[in-house]
Amino acid sequence: MAMEITQFLLAAQSADARVRTDAEGSLRQFQEQNLPQFLVSLSFELANSEKPAESRRLAGILLKNSLDAKDAAMKDHLVKQWITIDTAIKSQIKDLLLRTIGSSAPEARHTSAQVIAKVASIEIPLKQWPELIGSLLNNMTQQGSPAPLKQSTLETLGYVCEEISHQDLVQDEVNSVLTAVVQGMNQSENNAEVRLAATRALYNALEFAQTNFENEMERNYIMKVVCETALAKEAEIRQAAFECLVSIASTYYEVLEPYMETLFQLTSNAVKGDEENVALQAIEFWSSICDEEIELQEFDNPDSGDSSPPHSSFIEKALPHLVPMLLETLLKQEEDQDQGDDAWNIAMAGGTCLGLVARTVGDAIVPLVMPFVEENIRKPNWRSREAATYAFGSVIEGPTVDKLAPMVSAGLEFLLSATKDENNHVRDTTAWTLSRIFEFLHSPASGFSVISPENLPKVMAVLVEAINDVPNVAEKVCGAVYNLAQGYEDAGASSSLLSPYLTEIIKHLLAAAERTDGADSKLRSAAYETLNEVVRCSNLVESSNIIAQLLPVIMTKLGQTMELQVVSTEDCEKQADIQASLCGVLQVIIQKLSSTDETKPVIMQNADQIMVLFLRVFGCHRSSVHEEAMLAIGALAYATGPEFAKYMSELFKYLQMGLQNFEEYQVCAITVGVVGDICRALDDKILPFCDQIMALLIQNLQSEALHRSVKPPIFSCFGDIALAIGAHFERYVAPALQIMQGAAQVCAQMDTSDEELMDYANQLRRSIFEAYSGILQGFKDEKAELMLPYAQHLLQFIELVSRDAQRDESVTKAAVAAMGDLADALGHNTKPRSS
Amino acid sequence: MAPPKDLRRSFKRRPISDQQRRRELSLLRQAHNRNDAQQRARNLASSVISFQPASPESEPELELPSEPEPEPGFESVPSSSLDVRQASRLRGPEVRKWFARQLMLPEWMIDVPDGLSEDWPTGKRCFVVSSNGTTVSRLRNGSILHHFPSALPGGARTKGASGPAQSYCILDCIFHESDQTYYVIDMICWRGYSLYDCTAEFRFFWLNSKLSETGACGPPSFYHKFRFNTVPVYNCDQSGLFSAYTGSVPYVKDGLLFYNKHAHYHTGTTPLVLVWKDEKCSQYVIDTDSKGEVPNQQHVVLELQDDGKLVTSDDPPVVFGCLDADFVKQSELSSGSLLRFSIGNGGLSCVDGRLENADLQYLGKTNRARAFADSYSKIMFQYIARHSPLKIDDLAASVISHDTEENKAPEVEMTG
Repeated sequence: MAMEITQFLLAAQSADARVRTDAEGSLRQFQEQNLPQFLVSLSFELANSEKPAESRRLAGILLKNSLDAKDAAMKDHLVKQWITIDTAIKSQIKDLLLRTIGSSAPEARHTSAQVIAKVASIEIPLKQWPELIGSLLNNMTQQGSPAPLKQSTLETLGYVCEEISHQDLVQDEVNSVLTAVVQGMNQSENNAEVRLAATRALYNALEFAQTNFENEMERNYIMKVVCETALAKEAEIRQAAFECLVSIASTYYEVLEPYMETLFQLTSNAVKGDEENVALQAIEFWSSICDEEIELQEFDNPDSGDSSPPHSSFIEKALPHLVPMLLETLLKQEEDQDQGDDAWNIAMAGGTCLGLVARTVGDAIVPLVMPFVEENIRKPNWRSREAATYAFGSVIEGPTVDKLAPMVSAGLEFLLSATKDENNHVRDTTAWTLSRIFEFLHSPASGFSVISPENLPKVMAVLVEAINDVPNVAEKVCGAVYNLAQGYEDAGASSSLLSPYLTEIIKHLLAAAERTDGADSKLRSAAYETLNEVVRCSNLVESSNIIAQLLPVIMTKLGQTMELQVVSTEDCEKQADIQASLCGVLQVIIQKLSSTDETKPVIMQNADQIMVLFLRVFGCHRSSVHEEAMLAIGALAYATGPEFAKYMSELFKYLQMGLQNFEEYQVCAITVGVVGDICRALDDKILPFCDQIMALLIQNLQSEALHRSVKPPIFSCFGDIALAIGAHFERYVAPALQIMQGAAQVCAQMDTSDEELMDYANQLRRSIFEAYSGILQGFKDEKAELMLPYAQHLLQFIELVSRDAQRDESVTKAAVAAMGDLADALGHNTKPRSS
Repeated sequence: MAPPKDLRRSFKRRPISDQQRRRELSLLRQAHNRNDAQQRARNLASSVISFQPASPESEPELELPSEPEPEPGFESVPSSSLDVRQASRLRGPEVRKWFARQLMLPEWMIDVPDGLSEDWPTGKRCFVVSSNGTTVSRLRNGSILHHFPSALPGGARTKGASGPAQSYCILDCIFHESDQTYYVIDMICWRGYSLYDCTAEFRFFWLNSKLSETGACGPPSFYHKFRFNTVPVYNCDQSGLFSAYTGSVPYVKDGLLFYNKHAHYHTGTTPLVLVWKDEKCSQYVIDTDSKGEVPNQQHVVLELQDDGKLVTSDDPPVVFGCLDADFVKQSELSSGSLLRFSIGNGGLSCVDGRLENADLQYLGKTNRARAFADSYSKIMFQYIARHSPLKIDDLAASVISHDTEENKAPEVEMTG
């Protein structure tokens, strides 16, 4: 039966590349020739305690990889493959796996627990492994089960729960699983390993416990055990228990009332005195409660006439104790926290939670935070000043403008001067706080801003100077400039206020982007992103000259990136990064200047050179098409119109590459959009390229490997092409319509209870209607009759869509437009069919 | 499954990136451009027609000096901004005015344009509105004709069938006394969906497919007091025109109605719908007076403006004459009054297609139920009908010339 494969498994891990490659080849050959035998052999290897740990480990990994993959299409393939394997062989494999969780080698136990969960994820929903839960529970209840077996069994139960959905188990099974897990947490009966495994298993099983949480007795019991476990003497177990509490906070928010006092004590003690990992979870508990209450507030219907809040107001009730607890955490900063990108510590978690609390309760937080701010903001100790500033910045979102405006106006002067504080952390947080103030309290378009024509010169002077601060502070200052500029977007006459400072801001942003003293590229990218927003929000009439001068500067910079030394992949990434930023800026400039007839000539005059640059950017990267360059090309096509035809012969191969980039599906989606832009720019001059484009688009639609979000844009693109080439679309009608009909059918079968899926269904329907509209409009002058055979389908599709109450307005509009286009194109032909 | 355990990122660490924003803005621009392109393609058809107003004389420059005076009490709420349910809260004269404004009124055909045709039954032109379990029909002047249950959506208090409570319909109808039937000539709103913005062609299609579904075309019953019926619509080619002209219909015909198939529903008088009649297809080619007799002289109804000008109901109005202030005062007339005149032997004189002079003789004020003055095209049609009528042969000849001129499907065709 099973083949002896130990040698291959060991050789496949050899340091000698040749040996390794050979062994990998042999294993792959075995897998391809006889998958069932291959899997059985791997299971024997994993189960056999006499085999070396290394070969057992690889056997487990190969087993897991035969059942699951990250890629959805691949996973689908593996699942189908497993299902077709002979039942007897599958039983043999499963028995071996279940036997392995009793092994004495912890690693083999752990691996088999994972593999069992993967098999369960396929078979339990299909009711093909009904005995699994029973046999696992048997391990738990049998007299004298050894602790390692219990531990691995609990681990397996946890993984299985993580893999399957709670509908896959009947309530009896859920009850038994929960009983086993909660008993496993019992301190008096079990050792630490078992309790840790049980607590982690509970985390995964909580989702299954809905019925049990509705029952007060069972709920009390579960909560009691979890709270006791949160006081365990092992930190790891305490952390796992707090993770359960975090999950309970969001899953069972409605039933938490009776436990809140206990939970406040538990979390409060953990935040004040426990180890960091435990304390972080305790803070996370309150952040989760905030998330729930914010969500309930957002979905609350204010018309219901009920003045009571839509939730239990735990945050409001805990406020007088919660806020001081969180303020205290702010003083626990780390020395280097502003350097690392992913620093996460008690002070940051506490500040984040404070921000959520502010959003939950609004004005009520202000009087609780302001005394702390006032008391600490001038203290000699930097931690005090930083914490005070952070607290102030955290509560900027949530309270009303009326409440915030006076204190922000009063504090603005101080904050501006604090950008020169001696301490890096204080300056960092100060710049961030300014950025928040401009984000939430500076909106000339809606009539309120803390920035007045009087204080603007001071603000600008401070910001422009602060851009030259150390990189982490400069990056935050860019954020402040970004938000300041954003406030002037669509602000009418107010946007002129920024005009006198444009030249200066741009100069400093460009200088910041050039700096090399940062540890990473964050400052450069922040500077360019800010530059984009400044250009976008500027008053075009007053700034067109400045932007026109910026254009050659950016073009030169982009040209210089081609000269960069590219040796390593790291160099290549860096080059692509800079090019991304610069193409982004070019895109924004092109879009801005082509928006009026007066400024459009600037783009037209430079179009050739810009295009050459984009093509050179493409040329720098063999493997993929540069996303930002593609996006900018769309804007250029829109700006140049029919002139764009001359670039097509050079550009076309990159369009093809982009359309075939499934891996980076964003690139594919953007390229599809650009094809649409080009169609509108060129009209029927796109014709010579259409055969290849249509072939790729149809291929993409048929592929399961392409991310689904790209498919609606492709249908819309059909419409763009048809509208551009008119009657020439004839040759594509049959395949295009066939696939449109197929997609329409898919829409009809979608699960309407899945919100995300319905969103997608709406996009898909709208795009199919757009395709119909484009095709019908394109044909109406000469070949309308070609669409006659499809009219019935379109009408049926419209009827189907019209019966769906969940369709959104844009779908209705597109449907009505397509219907009108049908009547328009087919004219008298529609009449007899409908009467 | 439990929520993912990924760490909450500090909101202080959020990097500045507007890449997503750039993508979204690009998508927005593309969607916008796509819309524009499709809309341009759609409009192409209607712009090719570049409809000559039925009477070339009614070029706007004619009455540029006379800025129409807003009607008191009405303009404060522009009629177009009220939907039918808001309008249902209006009372008294307001509600009559609102409804009167909503009908699309055909211009009268004094020249041959391109268009569509359908038969035009004799009877009372009205709006039929079904909502909240009842149906109301209102005449052109806004007054109620019938209040009745119907099988239209929302038209009767029955369970099921009529659909959700908010569903309401507005149909443009002619009530034909002799067979007690509402002939639906257009559909403005169906189950709450406004068809104002849809082309005529689409509205007819929708009308035909939806009306029969509801059972409104069935015989009267307890919940359905009057039968509804559609009117035949023909393609305006030679045979279609002939069928419409000679075809037998269950009602008494009162002329032919020509629709431009791309026209949206348009409140008030529009050149995109034209009415034409002669002795064969209408008893009322030439207007009769209240006793049903044809008066010796053509009567017209004009509206008095406060500067004494006498104008038609068109937008912008056409000036037919002027009353002097003393006469206005003496006869106790006020701005907005609708006055009846006869056209004297001097007739109407036109120079270069523009109305130059009208020999008007004052007869008196009109009946209060009347909502509008005559339209320019109606006056001209009546005038031409008395002097040199446009004949069916003229229409047929024009259709034939179109058929031969354009071998491929003509941009503008009469359809149905």
